[in-house]
Amino acid sequence: MASEEPLFDPSLKKRKKKTVAFHEDPLGADADPTTPAPATIDDTTTNGVTVDMGTKTLHEQMKESGLDGVAEPAEEKKEDDDFKAMFGDIKKKKKKKDIPLDLGEEGSGTSTPTATAPAAGEDLDFSDLKKKKKTSKKKAAIDMEAFEKELNESKAKEAEEEEAPDGKHLEELDETELGEDPFARGEGAVSVEAGGEPWLGSDRDYTYLELLHRFYTQLHAANPALLTSTGKRYTIAPPSVMREGNKKSIFANVSDICKRMHRPPEHVIQYMFAEMGTTGSVDGSGRLVIKGRFQQKQIEHVLRRYIVEYVTCKTCKSPDTLLTKENRIFFMSCESCGSRRSVNPIKTGFQAQVGKRSKNKATK
Amino acid sequence: MSVQNLNTFDPFADEGDPLGTAQDVGSQQNYIHIRIQQRNGRKTLTTLQGLPKEYDAKKLLKAFKKEFACNGTLVDDEEAGKVIQLQGDQRLKISNFLVEEGITKASIKVHGF
Repeated sequence: MASEEPLFDPSLKKRKKKTVAFHEDPLGADADPTTPAPATIDDTTTNGVTVDMGTKTLHEQMKESGLDGVAEPAEEKKEDDDFKAMFGDIKKKKKKKDIPLDLGEEGSGTSTPTATAPAAGEDLDFSDLKKKKKTSKKKAAIDMEAFEKELNESKAKEAEEEEAPDGKHLEELDETELGEDPFARGEGAVSVEAGGEPWLGSDRDYTYLELLHRFYTQLHAANPALLTSTGKRYTIAPPSVMREGNKKSIFANVSDICKRMHRPPEHVIQYMFAEMGTTGSVDGSGRLVIKGRFQQKQIEHVLRRYIVEYVTCKTCKSPDTLLTKENRIFFMSCESCGSRRSVNPIKTGFQAQVGKRSKNKATK
Repeated sequence: MSVQNLNTFDPFADEGDPLGTAQDVGSQQNYIHIRIQQRNGRKTLTTLQGLPKEYDAKKLLKAFKKEFACNGTLVDDEEAGKVIQLQGDQRLKISNFLVEEGITKASIKVHGF
């Protein structure tokens, strides 16, 4: 706990900022640009190589239509999942079962982008996990059920993360992502620039799709950060929960987590108590003592819901928000998109009578 | 001659709450809350709060008890009104049941861990 005492941890703050800055686009505008990109890029490369100028438009259209028929449903599905998952995951957890499927579909339509091909083949290969993570990040196909399934798996990983000095490890991860992802994409972009736009010279009418490709390739060439941005996620250390005695649980890193979410601990704690229908207190060393037996999984679930409800911006999904209180109503204003909305007050609701009535009377 | 001010219709009259029949604005209006509480040991209690008036709580309780094979009771609370209490963690079952009976899923809120 002593390590958490310094109120302002520069490294933490920095990382937070980073994630936020990147996060705003992936879910807003980026969902579109990044996913279709590989398909289109591949398309143009094949065209550029094999087909000559005269027949190109027709051919491309045909191909495009064929491609769209195959690839689009998959993409839509992905996006759906994406929205379902919204932001729910605190950690980087991926739904593994979906990804191979998606990739398979895409692969049949287009030539798969480099790194994904092996991942698609082997379903549950753990050595491949890192790669898969990366590919899936683009897709972000996750839902709550998958979380549950993967919790165990991820727990092991989180344990690792915890052991390593927290910030360093994460940064390393980020770096690897930054290092590898653009590479895979870069190939595609280069090939497009090289052979994809023979129509530049001709004076016929450019089709919308061609111009679109051109726009995206130029966009990504100009700011490569956009491509990697999908990999950025809002990460929070897993709650460390232990049992105190028989009937109490200790949630040790509340203050840490609250700091990372930029929320007052009182608010978080109030929400947790209301949600879990229990009570508790904060002990001397800043840990939260909760009455009742709770597992880490359960606390995590509650926290996740808290984040969805009170931390992420409903408009742009960015976690960079401020919670302010005005006239007894909490307002959440987003730092990245500027939207402002009121959030539900925390209400405990009906509490059933638990335990001995006589005890209850005595306290009243 | 029709003077607008003499109309019987009062444009400023309260025309009900635009948000629906919410007693208090912004929060717990017509949501059905399903909560869970821990009891001793690994026992739990599920409470169902905010049931719309058109449903008969008593009959619903009976159906719940039969369907989920658990005991339960109907509690009258000052604030929350009629609350159905069931033994054990029946949250998902309740929400499935209610959805099957034609209550929109968006109006059901499942709380708890």
